[in-house]
Parts: sequence; structure tokens; C-alpha cells
Amino acid sequence: MNFLVGLIFSAIVAIVVLLVPWIGVGVLHLYTIFGIVVPYLAILIFLIGMILRVIDWGRSPVPFRIPTTAGQQWSFPWIKHSWIENPKDSKGVIVRMALEVLCFRSLFRNVRLEYRRIENLPKVAFEWEKWLWMAAIAFHYSFLVIFLRHFRFFTNPIPSFVKIIEKLDGFFQAGVLPIPGLTIPEVYITDLLLLAAVTYLLLRRLYIPQVRYVSLPSDYFPLFLILGIGTTGVLMRYFLRVDVTKVKELAFGLFKFHPHVPDGIGTIFFIHLFFVCTLIAYIPFSKICHMAGIFLSPTRNLSNNSRFKRHINPWDNKPAWEYPGMVHTYEEYEEEFRDVMIEAGIPVEKMPEKKEEEKPEQEQ
Amino acid sequence: MLYDGAKILTGLIIGVLFFIFPFLYDAGKPYKKPEPKLTEKAKKAGECVLSKQFMRTWHMQLLDEWRNDVVRKGIHYYRPREIAREMKLDKRLFDQLRHYISDGTRIYVPKSDKVYYMSLQNTCLDCHSNKKEFCDQCHNYLGVHPYCWNCHIAPEEK
Amino acid sequence: MRPKNVPEPEELSKIDHKPPLFESWMDKKPEFKPGFYCYGAKAKNIAAVGMPNPRDWSPTDEDWKLPENWKEIFLNGMKERLEKYRSFKLFMDICVRCGACADKCHYFIGSGDPKNMPVLRAELLRSVYRKYFTTGGKLFGKLAGARELTFDVLKEIWYYLYQCSECRRCSLFCPYGIDTAEITILGRELTNLLGLNTDWIQASVANCYRTGNHIGLQPHAYKDMIEFLCDECEEVTGIRPQPQFNKKGAEILFVTPSGDVFADPGTYTCMGYLLLFHYLQEEYGFDITWSTYASEGGNFGYFTSHEMAKRLHAKIYMEAKRLGVKWILGGECGHMWRLLNQYIDTFNGPPDYLEEPVSPITGTKFEHAKGHKIVHIVEFTADLIRHNKLKLDPSRNDHLVLTFHDSCNPARGMGFFEEPRYVIKSVCRNFYEMPSNTIREQTFCCGSGAGLNAGENMELRMRGGLPRANAVKYVHEKYGVNMMACICAIDRAALPVLMQYWVPEVDITGVHELVGNALVFKNEKKRTTDLRGNPFVGAEEEQGDAV
Repeated sequence: MNFLVGLIFSAIVAIVVLLVPWIGVGVLHLYTIFGIVVPYLAILIFLIGMILRVIDWGRSPVPFRIPTTAGQQWSFPWIKHSWIENPKDSKGVIVRMALEVLCFRSLFRNVRLEYRRIENLPKVAFEWEKWLWMAAIAFHYSFLVIFLRHFRFFTNPIPSFVKIIEKLDGFFQAGVLPIPGLTIPEVYITDLLLLAAVTYLLLRRLYIPQVRYVSLPSDYFPLFLILGIGTTGVLMRYFLRVDVTKVKELAFGLFKFHPHVPDGIGTIFFIHLFFVCTLIAYIPFSKICHMAGIFLSPTRNLSNNSRFKRHINPWDNKPAWEYPGMVHTYEEYEEEFRDVMIEAGIPVEKMPEKKEEEKPEQEQ
Repeated sequence: MLYDGAKILTGLIIGVLFFIFPFLYDAGKPYKKPEPKLTEKAKKAGECVLSKQFMRTWHMQLLDEWRNDVVRKGIHYYRPREIAREMKLDKRLFDQLRHYISDGTRIYVPKSDKVYYMSLQNTCLDCHSNKKEFCDQCHNYLGVHPYCWNCHIAPEEK
Repeated sequence: MRPKNVPEPEELSKIDHKPPLFESWMDKKPEFKPGFYCYGAKAKNIAAVGMPNPRDWSPTDEDWKLPENWKEIFLNGMKERLEKYRSFKLFMDICVRCGACADKCHYFIGSGDPKNMPVLRAELLRSVYRKYFTTGGKLFGKLAGARELTFDVLKEIWYYLYQCSECRRCSLFCPYGIDTAEITILGRELTNLLGLNTDWIQASVANCYRTGNHIGLQPHAYKDMIEFLCDECEEVTGIRPQPQFNKKGAEILFVTPSGDVFADPGTYTCMGYLLLFHYLQEEYGFDITWSTYASEGGNFGYFTSHEMAKRLHAKIYMEAKRLGVKWILGGECGHMWRLLNQYIDTFNGPPDYLEEPVSPITGTKFEHAKGHKIVHIVEFTADLIRHNKLKLDPSRNDHLVLTFHDSCNPARGMGFFEEPRYVIKSVCRNFYEMPSNTIREQTFCCGSGAGLNAGENMELRMRGGLPRANAVKYVHEKYGVNMMACICAIDRAALPVLMQYWVPEVDITGVHELVGNALVFKNEKKRTTDLRGNPFVGAEEEQGDAV
């Protein structure tokens, strides 16, 4: 299965995800199913799936303390300890994890290999490469802001943080553009960022040979879903407008457990909604579960304190010599090598008893 | 058996709370939807510039177009019925498709040949003189803050 | 000295890092290239430590003589480890294949083989995981990235698990901290359930189990080797160290990798230890003992399974307990120190029978080592130098222009960066760092770690060592560096060959060899050469004058 097969397969699945609500609502008018049943089901699958997934991870212990140390260990007072990159206690771990989760610290280290041959001899160099980091930051933060912004459809009265986010996000008032009305209402920066970042992530997956080689359908599929969500969202806001009052009636109704689908919401909204539902229901079964997994990563969330604080392995908490036959004991060792040890002047625990008798034998 | 159970459960609870925040926010308070009210004058008029459905979703674009026409082009009158009738077939088809996907209605042709003077303050707010009960109903409900009122004076209300 | 059976550097450096456009890695059968893999473990060495399926076999054999139910054993082993190691389960689930790790692996850089990209090395196991442990994989098969565990897949997994040196460089760059070393360690555990170790590792394990060290030196031979090194010390300095062996009641037990006792240039490092201990004994009455039973600090068991690592390293604590020492001093070694830092206390602790380490000379409490009670000799020496307890003449290292190679394990499994630099800068006057993205936490592997320092996989080693060698070449050309210091026995064994191949002008030394050179004894003879017999700067003229 080469990258084309993977790409085409996931594209087909994404197109199915597009067509199902189009036909379901546009032709068959299954408003209740696509407006109420599917969203509730998706939220349920997401929540239960994620909880089970995290609990499943939690059921496996962390037998050894294996942080990746990225800075100087804590040792002498006169040596500067890198307390974030090589934390010795939970304070350091919290800051390290915060940097990892909020700033993608590790990805920020990224560089690109530039391999050349000069006069037939190799030259390994590393070039600046922060595009992946930038795209990742743009993508994740846009997604978060967009998610929070949507709270204006989920809540009433709208919490002030949502209003603030919205104001900041929409501070571009382009005013009069060639197409009248295009920038009314104001353009959200995150809409554009999200689409740009996702497009970049998709293109780099296809363009960079190594990444293309390792990509699976499950790498393309979420990108297609998110592209679908972003595109339908932008269409609804600027081009194919829907009646947002009614959309809020529907969404707010779901969250108030007062579900009903008002008349007059266009199909485009149900396509958007179905993309979203597919994505959130897919999360627990896919690589997107990294959103929870990152917090459990033992190379990041452990302090490097094993030299002064014992880490306990819950399934094996006894030293090797307390298990029968696991170690070659000193007694066994001396038993085998006693003679040569004595000869070499190495102290032994037990001197051989019949030394007098053995000696003449050896001489013979 | 859950290892590091306390930490994992705390994290899970925080995560779940974050995602179900919309369910919890103001929980127990009754479900309420906005009810924009028409003034007597508006009721009497019977129709707006364009269809009700169109006005609900596109009024801000229409206002933007008006502003453009008045300020930049010096055009002051809007003739919706004329525009609708003169529309070329391809544009009508495209428009119909757009309607179909976005709100499921048909292209609307105004019932009368009424001509409107393009002015928010003098035309729109003439009928809809009750900003609080009309405009703000949905705007507040959806957290929309149109900058109309930065320049235009909101009508006085009793 | 240049390794045989390896193409010339001009030839070898023709590396294509772009995988073929339309190739599917899942369907490509493994091809065992000579020079990339080690010989299969011999029956006697597997049997010696009671591990499964002892028989003689070779990776190129059609039939690996696996047990009938090998698939079941492998999958059950996988299930067990998924339940025992959160790391394993998590790392199987959360990779997004962003590719940040791809060009960070020295084996990929040096070979261009796409399956040496950390992400794909892990995907080899992940594809099997998906097939048997996830719903998606069971339902959608290859479309979900899942593969049946066939004999070919097993061969492929084996081939690439033994092309990873567990250096953790990829884990540094991974946004989720996915550690290929962890996956390799557990993957190798699985291969060991089927008796599929390499003999280079397995023989060392068997030796270590019986004689206490990887080389298989019996007690008298071990003592002999060290006595021989004492002779050498005497020749150079006029001082003969008096090491103690298996001495009950000594204050400190010294454990170092046996490579230091056995092979150049580690032996010079060992002479450095001997001289240092002797100096401290003369000046301050230092009481330290070597052990012939715990005569190995390294641990090839770690390249076999966690269990084997635990079994072999138990000897250190057992011997400390038997001899009644207060604490343990550890020599310069890479994976030994990752184990001592991150594993030994969990494996075989708590060592309540020992005392919290305190330097008998400076009185410094090694607060940070109070749990496992083992002090790194470099931090011990750094503390001595800091307190002015050693008389040093750094000019004796003036013939050397140094750089320092951070060994992977102390770097990314401990964070041991400043101590060795402090010692080096105290005993040498010419020191230059390699480029910043090849040192400290971003250091490159020697290309031979994790039991890959055999002779038969030389091409892999030369390829894997390319990024390191390239950085050395850079400082050699820029600053005239002619010596690279390191604190790892595998480095000392592997890097000289690597340097011979890529940068023949540069040689390798341990940090304590440099200390040994610089150490000034009260009653030493006039020293004109370093421990290797190379003349000091200025010594030749003086000799000339005398004649």
C-alpha cells in the first residue's frame, strides 16, 4: 500500500462523510438523526472512549523512572542545575510539562538534516526548520480558539471569556473588499490560520519524502476531516449563510437537554456538524488521542530523582537475589574459582579444608 | 487497578469538565430562545426589503452593500423587485443553489415595486424603531456586536 | 587499523535519504545485508543463563529453529508487556507520524534506510500491535496500518531492532517524548523469548553471569590484568599503585566496565583510576577496593531484557553488602550509568546496608546520590578538584587538543554534562566544543551502542557513527583537535575504529586518562611522556639537552 492508496482511501472515506449528511438531510430530511441523535452519540463516544482509553493507559504501571534528561542533573551546589529540562521534583516537572503541552518544547528543537557530499566526502549539517513547529502551534491554538468561540452557540448568556476571545480573534475589520459584504461580519484570524496550517500539514505529508513514506490513511483522514470542518465553517460564515439564531437554538437545545431542530437550517450546517461529530467520535480510536496521552508520557512527566528517591516497580519490588536461581551468587562464584583466587592472593570466604591432602596429589 | 490513580483521575476530571462545560454552564436554568418583536408599523408594512428568511441571514451584507452604493457610488435608491427580475438566468441558478444549501428557500421576488431610500437610520430604523426588542434580541443572544452604532444613533426608546 | 569489509568512505557516503516514491514499506520484504547484523546467539550462551530456545542459529538461515508456537509466544509476550509498561502501550498509541524524529537518528543519517527512521522502526512493532490489540487494526488491516505477524515480519523486526543503539536522541525531539529506546528494549525482550539474541550480546551476558564480567576474565586473570596496568603506571611515573581486591571492610567499592581493564584505550583510563586511587591513598589514606565478582559495571543484560539487566547488576549491591563497604564508586561508562541512575535502585534496591555517600577526602555529601548510594567517578574527581585536593599540572596535556563526546546514556538518561567538562578543563588547556546540535542532550551516538559494537556489523557502525565523526572532523579542521574525550567504555572501544575510518587524525581518551596525565605525585620520577608513552610538549627538547 503506497502513499497514493492511503491518500485515495482516506479521501474516499472523507467524501462519504461529506455525502452522508448531504443526502441524509438534503434529500431524506432526517433532521432528528443528524441534528440530535448523531451529535449526542458522538459526544458520548468521545467522552466514554477517552475515559476508557486513559484508564487503559493508567492500568499499566510505570515500572521504571525513565525521563529523557535534556539538561544538567542536580548535583553540586556549584554546578548550575537545569531544573526544567532535567527536573528533580514536581515543580520542575510541572513547568516542563507546561512548556511541552503549551509551547511544544520538544518540537521546537526540530532541525532539518542537510546532507551533502563535498569532494566525495560526506558533510552532515542541520538547517533551521521551525515550520513544523509553527504550523503545529498555529493549528492547535486556532483549533482551541475556534472551539472556545463556538461556546457562543452553546451557552446563554455568553460567558465573557468567549466574548473576549471573539473580539481579539475578529479584530481584522477589512471593511470594503472587492466582493461587497465578504468581510461582514468580521473575518476571524483563526479561521484562516487553521485552514492554512492544515493545508501545510497535508502538503508536507505529501511533499517530504520521509514523511510521505511513513504516512498511513489514518494520518490523512483526520486532516481531511478538519479541512472539511474548516471549509464548511468558513462557507457558512461568509458565503452560504445559515440562520445562526436557529443554529444556536439547535446547539443550545442539545446542551440544555431540550433537543429540537428548528426549521430553516441549511444542509451545509448539517454537513459541518457531521464532520465535527465524525472527528470527535474518531478521536479515542485514533492518533488524536495524543491530546490525553501527552500528559502520561513517562519520558516527560517524571522527575529525574531516582538517585536519591527510590522508584518502586509495582510488579517486581524484590531484589534479584530474593528470587531463586536468578543470580549467580558469590558463593557459587567462589566455589568455582576458589583455587585460582587463593593462588592469585585474592581473599576468599572459605578456605578449602583438605588442603594438606590435596597438595601432594597435585604434585603427583 | 489504576496506577497513579489520583493524578490520572484528577486529570481526567479536569479534561471531562472542560469538554462538558457547555452542559454545566447555567445548568438548570430553562431553555430560552430570543423573541424579536416587530413594531406596529413593521407589522403593518407586511414585508421588509427582501424576504424574512433572507433578511435574517443576510441583512448585514445588504447594509454593507447599501453603504458602498451610497458612500462610494452616490446611488441612493434600492429597487429589489427590479433587481430580482433583471437577474440573469445563470446568476439565478447559482443563487438558487446557494439558497438551497444554506436555508432551503426559493429565490424571493418582492411582491411590490416599492423603492427604498438606502439609509439605516431613516429607512430601517423607521420601521424597526425598537432596537432593544428587535436588533439586540438576536445580537445579544449570539454575542454579536455590530459596529453600526459606532456612527449611527440608535433610536430613542420609551 | 581501518576496518575491513567496509567500503571506502567515498563510496559509503553515497547515501540517499529519499525513500522510493511508490514503495510500500509494509509489503517490502527484509533484506539482510552483510555488515549490518550480528551473528545469532549460540546455544551454550543462551542456555548458560537459562533463557528460552537455546540452539545455534544464524540470521541468514532459512529456518531460525523457532518453537512451533512462536507467534503465540511473541504475542503473549507483547500482551504481557503492554500490561506491564505504560510507556509501551502509550508509545504504541499516540505517535502521529509527524516525522520530527526521522532525520535525527544516526543510523538513518548514515544509511538512508527508511526503516531506520525511528518512527518506522517503531511502526514495525506498532503494525503488529494494531493487528492483534486494536479494533481498527483487526477490522481494516493494512488500511489501518496493521500487519499480520508473519515470519518475514518477525525477521524484519529483528533486523531493525538490532540496528538501534537505544541512544534516545529521537525521544528528545519527539513532541510526545516517544522513546524508541524503550520500544527497542521491549522489542528485544520479545525476540529473546524466542532465543533470538545476537551472540555478541548473549556471550557477554553468559560471561558476565559466570565470571562477573563481559569478557569472561576469571578472578586471577582480572587481577593480573590490573597488576599489568600497575606495571605500566610504574614505567611511566615511577609510582606503582597498590590496588586492593575483594577487601572486606574497605570503605568504598569500585566498579567499572571490564572494557577498561582489557582494551586500549580504555586501559589508559583504567591507569588513570589506579593512579588517582593511589594518590588519594598516599595523601589521604583513601580505602577503596576492586572486586573480581562485581567486575563489570556495564550490563549487556540491558540489551537483552529488563530481567537480565536486573540479574546481572544485582552483583554490584550483593558484593557491596558482602564486603561491608560504605558506598560504591562507579567508573566511566555510558549505559552503566543510565542503569545506575534510572534502574538499579528499582531493580535491586533499596541498599539500606550502605551509607549515604560522603567523600572521605573533602567531606562533601553526595546528596543527589543518597538513594542508590553510587557516585560517578567523574563527579567524585570534580569534587576533589573543586576542593583543591589534587596537585595537577595541566600543561602535561598540552600535546592534546581536546573535544568532548557526550555519551548518549549519561547525556539523555542522566544529564551528566558539566562534571566531565569541569574535570577536563581543570586538567587540560586546549578544549573545544563540537557544534551545539551534536553535543550535550543533542549528542550523537558513537554508532555502536546497545550491544552493536561487534566486528561483523562494521558497516552499520561506520554508517551510524558518521554524524559523530563529522562533528569531530569539523573541530579537527577548525581547531586542530586531535583527541576526543568520553566517559563511556563502549565509546572507547568503538570510537577509535570510527575515527580511523572517518577522521584518522583524532584519537580517543577517557577523562581519567587525562587526570592521570596531569596528576603530580610527590615522589614521582621525572615524567616525560603521558600514560600512552607520547612525549609531553617540551619534553623532547629537554631530553635532547640532557643527552
